[in-house]
Amino acid sequence: MYVCVLFEILLVCSTEYRSLFLFQSILHSFLNLRRRRSSKMLGVIIRNNKTILLRPSFSSAFRQFSSSAKQMTVRDALNSALDEEMSADPKVFLMGEEVGEYQGAYKISKGLLEKYGPDRVLDTPITEAGFTGIGVGAAYYGLKPVVEFMTFNFSMQAIDHIINSAAKSNYMSAGQISVPIVFRGPNGAAAGVGAQHSHCYASWYGSCPGLKVLAPYSSEDARGLLKAAIRDPDPVVFLENELLYGESFPVSAEVLDSSFCLPIGKAKIEREGKDVTITAFSKMVGFALKAAEILAKEGISAEVINLRSIRPLDRSTINASVRKTNRLVTVEEGFPQHGVGAEICTSVIEESFGYLDAPVERIAGADVPMPYAANLERLAVPQVEDIVRAAKRACHRSVPMAAAA
Amino acid sequence: MSFTATKFSHSLLAVPVNSSSPRSNDKPLSFSSDLFKHNPSSSFLGSTQKLLRFNAINKPFLHRRSSSPSAVLLQQTSNLLITKEEGLVLYEDMVLGRSFEDKCAEMYYRGKMFGFVHLYNGQEAVSTGFIKYLRQEDCIVSTYRDHVHALSKGVPSRAVMSELFGKATGCCRGQGGSMHMFSKEHNVLGGFAFIGEGIPVATGAAFSMKYKREVLNQADSDNVTLAFFGDGTCNNGQFFECLNMAALWKLPIVFVVENNLWAIGMSHIRATSDPQIWKKGPAFGMPGVHVDGMDVLKVREVAKEAIDRARRGEGPTLVECETYRFRGHSLADPDELRNPAEKEHYAGRDPITALKKYLFENKLATEQELKTIDKKIDEILEDAVEFAEKSPQPPRSQLLENVFADPKGFGIGPDGRYRCEDPKFTEGTAHV
Repeated sequence: MYVCVLFEILLVCSTEYRSLFLFQSILHSFLNLRRRRSSKMLGVIIRNNKTILLRPSFSSAFRQFSSSAKQMTVRDALNSALDEEMSADPKVFLMGEEVGEYQGAYKISKGLLEKYGPDRVLDTPITEAGFTGIGVGAAYYGLKPVVEFMTFNFSMQAIDHIINSAAKSNYMSAGQISVPIVFRGPNGAAAGVGAQHSHCYASWYGSCPGLKVLAPYSSEDARGLLKAAIRDPDPVVFLENELLYGESFPVSAEVLDSSFCLPIGKAKIEREGKDVTITAFSKMVGFALKAAEILAKEGISAEVINLRSIRPLDRSTINASVRKTNRLVTVEEGFPQHGVGAEICTSVIEESFGYLDAPVERIAGADVPMPYAANLERLAVPQVEDIVRAAKRACHRSVPMAAAA
Repeated sequence: MSFTATKFSHSLLAVPVNSSSPRSNDKPLSFSSDLFKHNPSSSFLGSTQKLLRFNAINKPFLHRRSSSPSAVLLQQTSNLLITKEEGLVLYEDMVLGRSFEDKCAEMYYRGKMFGFVHLYNGQEAVSTGFIKYLRQEDCIVSTYRDHVHALSKGVPSRAVMSELFGKATGCCRGQGGSMHMFSKEHNVLGGFAFIGEGIPVATGAAFSMKYKREVLNQADSDNVTLAFFGDGTCNNGQFFECLNMAALWKLPIVFVVENNLWAIGMSHIRATSDPQIWKKGPAFGMPGVHVDGMDVLKVREVAKEAIDRARRGEGPTLVECETYRFRGHSLADPDELRNPAEKEHYAGRDPITALKKYLFENKLATEQELKTIDKKIDEILEDAVEFAEKSPQPPRSQLLENVFADPKGFGIGPDGRYRCEDPKFTEGTAHV
């Protein structure tokens, strides 16, 4: 429910094409507003939310947080990762629209211009094809560019360079020309920004050999994966989520260490369970965790896998989990056809067919361009209750028919 | 380093094109060296003014082409433009380019190579004129018509031929093909199959050089990048985007337009509102130069000025080389749209014939010397074909190699080594 409230608050402000940089500050203030209001109106849920994040089972899956774990926003996690990698390697530079003097359309590059100067934090004209290609060429010739797209929707203007110039060069040149570059920016649905600003490109880029595609959820993911992406010798598409930028997550001392770096191609089990596996990435991980909380109250133990890496896809973690739970629900915001969920379904059917006790449930965005109207938009992206319903269906619990269109 | 825009005064920018001084046939663009010899402290604008004076034309496009370039060249050249040694190098490179492409056609029709094969015949003066003036560390970025650029840059005929045969000994082990020649050793940063795709990549390489010099303090990094592309590309947005950024950031790059008048079957004058491409340089605050692309010596003079200028850190230059391809767009093109009279006209302006004539008339080479070179090239190509024929096909195991620089695609660990080399990183399979 609070998700709904959040969206409705956000949708009060309509945004125009390319005015996202205005939107972000509004969004930021609304997120704060939401947090303030929530603490009064929806305190229980927010407390529950924090309870989820601090649950021992959640944290023990990878590292034990100290009791005094620091909180960090995803925005700060990305900013600090960029800062540290730029500091460590002078070949790393950031380029894109509004990354410099404006401090980033979403303030991800805040302070970097001041620290590294205009030579390494490069404001470009609004020319995605041009500056993305320049980034790729710079990577061909020994530098390590980080190209920011104001949103990944604009990467369509430059997709030729991502696919044809970056992803294929190492192969076409038989390993002579590697392309150490990161393409990053917010991906997928934001709120109220309409069809051309709400597309999730995970499955598009995930289908292309030669690219690595990462989708962080938490601050730990954002820090560890961005640092891994910048250090990587290959082109990495780094799909952030605008609505997560202002979210705070607990981070351990190890995560804050400048040497911290997560492996590419490894998923993370965010919550262990035994009855049903739920795979998700980016913002949907949070929804899946909320769904798992609700399911737990009804006696269903859900295992939530945060994919982290869309390509390479951690098939072994997914299959191992399904072999344990015998049921699978995949969740993504993107379109259903040829989606990430479709690929996961295939992997499980190929490798673990005999272990399945129920048909795989695939939850995806509605198969339509994103509508603008708040009520329609809410129907077009997966909600927590959709995940709960699908998990129950997979566990053979009778559930009322979906109210979906 | 400063990537801020060059500051210029509006009065300078407002210099109108002097359209009343058309370039006549008997005084074609001599790229006389005073073109760039202006106060070194001033920006490109001084030269732009001169360029405008030199280049402004308002004649119908097809009349721009001088009819007898070699004769003109002789008239205007009192001092020889090249030494004997230079002349022979240029001749050898042009003959290599021409003969290599003829050999490609032969091999294509014999089924030895496949797919799209775009030949460079007729345009050799551009590749030779520019690339032979480069150093090994300088970069070139080419198009799908890239064999000869790679050869001029020094990639061995064997490696290029073998690549075309799809053999493991090719310069890209058979993974690139005709349209994708790469050589890290020779700084050939690729042939690109899409119109306009190579221009930003070249601009990025130039950006790297400036970055290395000014941010990484590698003072010796004064390498230059050449971007080759055709007239059709000049209607594509990436061309304009990169002219802007290259001029804005004063990058060491030369944009070389090989205007061969035809984009497959689309005539340049039917596709472009103002067919004088060089004019787009001054519009972005860089010199725009027009040169007879069928005359290697003129091309070389222009190349010297533009490359030296880039190397001195004075920014990019746009060079339009008027040239012509003697064959169809690709070997699959029936080439039915070009007027036979037009083809005939340009066949009479063969750049190799013109250079030969210049060498003889200036007593820089004897018939015998050139014949020796022709024979040497024939032998090189026979050897290249034989080498390619005998080379093995890429093994099956090669199929999945080189998708990533990182061997398995799992990234780099905190210790700086590939994760896949870590024995503890055993679980999970990366499907690349």
